[in-house]
Amino acid sequence: MSEIKNYVLEITGKCGKCPSHLMDILIAVQNKFRHIPDEAIECISKELQMSKVDVEQTASFYHFFTEEPCGKYTVYLNNSAVACMMGRDKIAATFEKEVGCKFGNVTSDGLIGLYDTACIGMNDQEPAALINGVVFTSLNDQKVKQIVSAIKAGKAVNDLVTEFDGKENAEMKSEVKNNIRKRGPVLFAEYKNGASLKKLNEMTPDQVITEVKNSNIRGRGGAGFPTGLKWDFCSKAEVKERYVLCNADEGEPGTFKDRVLLTLFPQMVFEGMVLGGYAIGSQQGVLYLRAEYTYMLPRLEKLLAEMRTKNLLGKNVAGKQGFDFDIRIQMGSGAYVCGEETALIESAEGKRGEPRNRPPYPIERGYKNKPTIINNVETLCSVVQIIDKSSAWYRTFGTQYSSGTKLLSISGDCKFPGIYEIEWGITINEVLEMCGAENAQAVQVAGPSGVCISPKQFGRKLDFEDMPTGGSIIIIGQQRDLLKDVVLNFMDFFTDESCGSCVPCRALTPVLKKKLVKIMDGKGVKGDIDELVKLGKTMKDLNRCGLGQTAANPILTTIENFREKYEAMIKEPKTDGVYAFDMAASVKESCDYAGRKVIIHN
Amino acid sequence: MSDNKIKFTIDGKECIADEGLDLWKAAMLNGVFIPYLCHMKDVVPAGSCRICTVKVNGRPMAACTTLVTKGLEGAVVENDTPHIEEMRKMIVELLFVEGNHFCPACEKSGSCELQAMAYRYQMMVPQFSYNFPLREVDATTPKIYLDRNRCIQCKKCIRSIKDDQGRSYFAFYKRGHKLDIHIDHELAATMSAELAQLAMDGCPVGAIINKEKGFDVPIGKRKFDKEPIGTEFLNVTKE
Ligand SMILES: Cc1cc2nc3c(=O)[nH]c(=O)nc-3n(C[C@H](O)[C@H](O)[C@H](O)COP(=O)(O)O)c2cc1C
Ligand code: SF4
Ligand code: FES
Repeated sequence: MSEIKNYVLEITGKCGKCPSHLMDILIAVQNKFRHIPDEAIECISKELQMSKVDVEQTASFYHFFTEEPCGKYTVYLNNSAVACMMGRDKIAATFEKEVGCKFGNVTSDGLIGLYDTACIGMNDQEPAALINGVVFTSLNDQKVKQIVSAIKAGKAVNDLVTEFDGKENAEMKSEVKNNIRKRGPVLFAEYKNGASLKKLNEMTPDQVITEVKNSNIRGRGGAGFPTGLKWDFCSKAEVKERYVLCNADEGEPGTFKDRVLLTLFPQMVFEGMVLGGYAIGSQQGVLYLRAEYTYMLPRLEKLLAEMRTKNLLGKNVAGKQGFDFDIRIQMGSGAYVCGEETALIESAEGKRGEPRNRPPYPIERGYKNKPTIINNVETLCSVVQIIDKSSAWYRTFGTQYSSGTKLLSISGDCKFPGIYEIEWGITINEVLEMCGAENAQAVQVAGPSGVCISPKQFGRKLDFEDMPTGGSIIIIGQQRDLLKDVVLNFMDFFTDESCGSCVPCRALTPVLKKKLVKIMDGKGVKGDIDELVKLGKTMKDLNRCGLGQTAANPILTTIENFREKYEAMIKEPKTDGVYAFDMAASVKESCDYAGRKVIIHN
Repeated sequence: MSDNKIKFTIDGKECIADEGLDLWKAAMLNGVFIPYLCHMKDVVPAGSCRICTVKVNGRPMAACTTLVTKGLEGAVVENDTPHIEEMRKMIVELLFVEGNHFCPACEKSGSCELQAMAYRYQMMVPQFSYNFPLREVDATTPKIYLDRNRCIQCKKCIRSIKDDQGRSYFAFYKRGHKLDIHIDHELAATMSAELAQLAMDGCPVGAIINKEKGFDVPIGKRKFDKEPIGTEFLNVTKE
């Protein structure tokens, strides 16, 4: 039997030949054989009793599954907007020179592959790359040279990391820094691990839900749905088998706060899931972790094992008779859309990450088609503090309608990129001062799917009434070309990350991008700007999920707030509909052939 | 189906429908045609073409994935408005430029729902420039000739054509603008003629074509030869 077949039999056997574990199986195959060989797909399909195309459907969806071998060492260099601002192109050139092949390729000996990847959650320490799952940050030419020569000498990538920012990162053998700039009053409030779970002995599930409701906390993942309400609905579902999912996909370019929470307070995240499980009457939780954070996996697994021995997971959790709850971790494999809650569920079930149609909502039919709550990492951590300290305490922070605090991930052109826990209601001007950003040209609030605002609006507030945010704040300095460095980069991102199901998301996004490039190339006419607005607005009306609905936002919000930048690129004549097009020059060649003179009648 | 009747209006027309139906079907039963491309009978809606988008109390929703519930009681649904129709025309145009649709050479011409939609919206030249993508034809299976140039990724074949163990003959490949349709060679090797016919008939365009026979519907008898798409719904009697 071939090695591939042997291996597939071993891992499919381990997971009970269950199609819902397809992601885990493919991840294992990719890691071992550095691609998903056709033979493996064939064998997996036999073992899981699926058709081969069905296995391929999942395998071909995710960025980190490759059809061809991607090198014994695979470098994924981030090419997000902030990475590029921080010098990604120069680093890429150095990689190419040292490695000896271009991006998108593997060296002829199959040793090293160079690839681009979307934001890896390291915007505060770019340029950064993933090499076989290990994160390398703040790259410079010197460092790249060292890494490449060590790899060529056959060293394990893990051993190349020698400096650690604190004991948590040392435990993960990771050079990622935490960059905590502001410790706020909620998430950084003192907390004794396990304390929230002890409360379960004094509280009924309904009391937990009431407390969460009273805190007025709304989801921290971006959509801002009231958490207590979500839990309440789910707890009243007819079906008793229920699930708690934690969204640790953190894919919105520019956010990295969940990375820091999972590094500093992983137990709080898990405890939040347990609380959710108790509240809704669930026995099983799943933490969906993005592939970029694979370096955290061993430490998280170890923690889960410890929690089991301390009876914080398992049977009669924390001494609460009759409450059994456990957690497993599901790895992703590179797809922004899998942060969307229903796509995440599909992915956790081993399928392509295509958002579901709603209704039914996950609270009715979610994971395994059972009632499910799904919450962001930060939401769950906040709930732990709420249960530990009370909703009244929580409500003392923030504003009347936006209670509590928010972790901001600040990056781009500022002196102090990193994590800030702020109270809702802070203005952009205050944010800029806090992070040492002077003379900003623009601020991208809430990532590419959010808004790009101009200095005129820096007095606006971050809260649910004015500008909500999942936490991504990107500062864009005067030296940047807003359209090229930011808007175009974001449009590329959405084009690549669309699941492809909805026609407008799949087909209109590239059209919008093309039109933008046309304008940037000086070939636009005045009507193109309004055309972009008109077409872009249909995206919100027509697409199924938040990705497609917001994919035109980079263009729409910059036209709204920086229209002059677009207009400056339109060449004369600037009147509507008149093309800056030289008819005589365009037909000259054919006229020459035909032996005719060029006569243009205007 | 439940006995609960829900009342609402579509473009001012009073409609009544059973709770639990999808809005697309409910509209049809009330003699209102909502354009569609990916919806099909008795199969869970995909909600992917988005051409059935209507506004329910001002909110855009895909009619095929919206259920008639108590929440719809008294709702004002907009279907045939200039804004919505303009967006629908745009979707048709996007599909035309995204693939390679050469109607005169296609066996489905005259029965093709995409073509019929283009006539409905009087599309002359799409407002977008053609992509002319390179898409491979897969003619390697015995019963079916899969012409990806014409595929509009409606997922109908994926959703409806399964073997007796529930395995899919068709599946998506990749994502976003690289999305493609694939057919399983092993399963297709033993595909029955009936199933192949079902796949071809279900395909709204000419992406799935049966081998061994062709052009067996004469001009004049094709689906949309006599009446434009949607006509058949306009005089439906209420169930
Ligand atoms: C394209 C897309 C990507 C998303 N990515 C994330 C993500 O990475 N993390 C997250 O928590 N929520 C993300 N969301 C929001 C989730 O769908 C969902 O609202 C959230 O996980 C709910 O948790 P919360 O209520 O605690 O915020 C995303 C939504 C969309 C549409
Ligand atoms: S909007 Fe885009 S990403 Fe979302 S479901 Fe539709 S095609 Fe997929
Ligand atoms: S028919 Fe409703 S989305 Fe296609």
